[in-house]
Amino acid sequence: MSSAPSEHGSKRPLRSGTTVLELKDVDVFYGDFQALFKVSFKVEEGQTFACIGANGGGKSTLLRTIAGAMRPRSGEVLFQGQPVDTVAAHDRVKMGIALVPEGRRVFPSLSVLENLQIGSYGGRKGDWNQESVLELFPLLKPLLKRGAGSLSGGEQQALAIGRALMSNPELLLLDEVSLGLAPVVIKRIYEAMVHLVGTGTTIVLVEQDVQHVLTVADYVACFLEGRISLEGKPSELTSEAITAAYFGM
Amino acid sequence: MTWVNVALQGILLGGLYALFATGLALVFGVMRMVNLAHGDLGILAAFVCLFIVQSLSLGVIWAGAITIVIMFVVGYLLQRGLLNYTLGSDDTRPIVVTFGLSIIIQNALIMWWSADSQGLDAGAIENASITISKQLAIGWFPLLVFVLSIVVIALLQLFLNRTKMGRAFRATSDDRDAAELMGINNRHIYGLAMAVALAIVALAGVLLAVRSTFDPTQGSFRLIFAFEAVIMGGMGSIWGTLLGGIVLGVAQTLGAQAFGAGWGLFVGHVVFLTVLALRPSGFFAKTVTA
Repeated sequence: MSSAPSEHGSKRPLRSGTTVLELKDVDVFYGDFQALFKVSFKVEEGQTFACIGANGGGKSTLLRTIAGAMRPRSGEVLFQGQPVDTVAAHDRVKMGIALVPEGRRVFPSLSVLENLQIGSYGGRKGDWNQESVLELFPLLKPLLKRGAGSLSGGEQQALAIGRALMSNPELLLLDEVSLGLAPVVIKRIYEAMVHLVGTGTTIVLVEQDVQHVLTVADYVACFLEGRISLEGKPSELTSEAITAAYFGM
Repeated sequence: MTWVNVALQGILLGGLYALFATGLALVFGVMRMVNLAHGDLGILAAFVCLFIVQSLSLGVIWAGAITIVIMFVVGYLLQRGLLNYTLGSDDTRPIVVTFGLSIIIQNALIMWWSADSQGLDAGAIENASITISKQLAIGWFPLLVFVLSIVVIALLQLFLNRTKMGRAFRATSDDRDAAELMGINNRHIYGLAMAVALAIVALAGVLLAVRSTFDPTQGSFRLIFAFEAVIMGGMGSIWGTLLGGIVLGVAQTLGAQAFGAGWGLFVGHVVFLTVLALRPSGFFAKTVTA
């Protein structure tokens, strides 16, 4: 994976204060079970918004709701100021929302190259293409013709992120990208993520690993049983407060 | 030499079975849906072609081409308008709905055309043959059907492997939820898959109508043969379907030669069950690779 930029100062020019994503009192259910309760927050352009919390906190549900894989029962999801609650998941990709799902979900019978090509299916134009993705993840270069199902977990994660970038997203949703990976691989993934942050991509990141999240996040929200139990900039949050919010103590 | 000739006829017959089965394999591969109306839709295509020939006085080739286009459109509309709503966590819904569709098609055809057998006249090619020896001859039309089946399967393979839409088919086959999250409209893909499947089965139906007589109730038999070819080939494997069709065709013709005409179908089913017992996942188990 690429070497990370030394600082975040290489971001592209941002429209100052532009809200890319806004959730207003979002309630999400699985049948009768409520997974999210009145969740509200805003994500500004170029910001890395991290959602932390223990299993079952509703973090992945939140990302799936933003991506359109689930519909809120009440509340509103706005992307670039437009309500997207009734927009299908595949159309949200064309609008500029891309999700790297938990468990990678690469297409095993397709080659690495074909997986990347599928990422650009929506036809959105932008800076990300096969070359720039392979620059970010050079480990994929010799694997282009390999079946994606035969890759290691770290390689699949790089592919999953690269595939999402191929859609040239305005908003990148990353769900547990470090889950089940070796520490050395996690380190590389986060190096690539720092590079992504450097490009000015707006990111909503879900993780259980708080230490890694704090290295890249501009803003952190801790989820507990479907509610935001703590939020703020990393510099404002003490480890004691995070621990208390994380475990509900 | 007689046995060689019989086996050869079985191989050629297998091409027709493979054509009937390819669409079934494609639909199963892409959307994991079992279409029990597949055979009836092929027979419906044969009647549509017959109607075009009779009402517009067109030749079989032109009428067949129009039929294929019509069935392509019917397939897309059928999937988008009805069958997509049956897909979900309950696998029995599409089975029940397509079973009902099968009954509707059969009865509508009986009301429209009666239960009498029909046929399509393709002219001299129907009886023309290449004589290799005194006991070995290959009919031009069965040979054409076999070649067409290979061409169709090869084109389908090219479509699946070399085109953007084909990659979308395969991605949807692998993981439809993840494909949707990559910007692929699954419902549109399913519609196109059914459209392609019905275009292929329309070709098969027209070729069957030229090769032999047909009637409104034949769809069920065609479905069984198609199932046997698909399952022997490996569910979702398109080249496997060709092999499955050939094995079934050869088993039927050799069985008929060995035990009498009435035993051909029985031997075909026995061979199918034997393959199923020895290789439950078929010759080439896969999703929707060619």
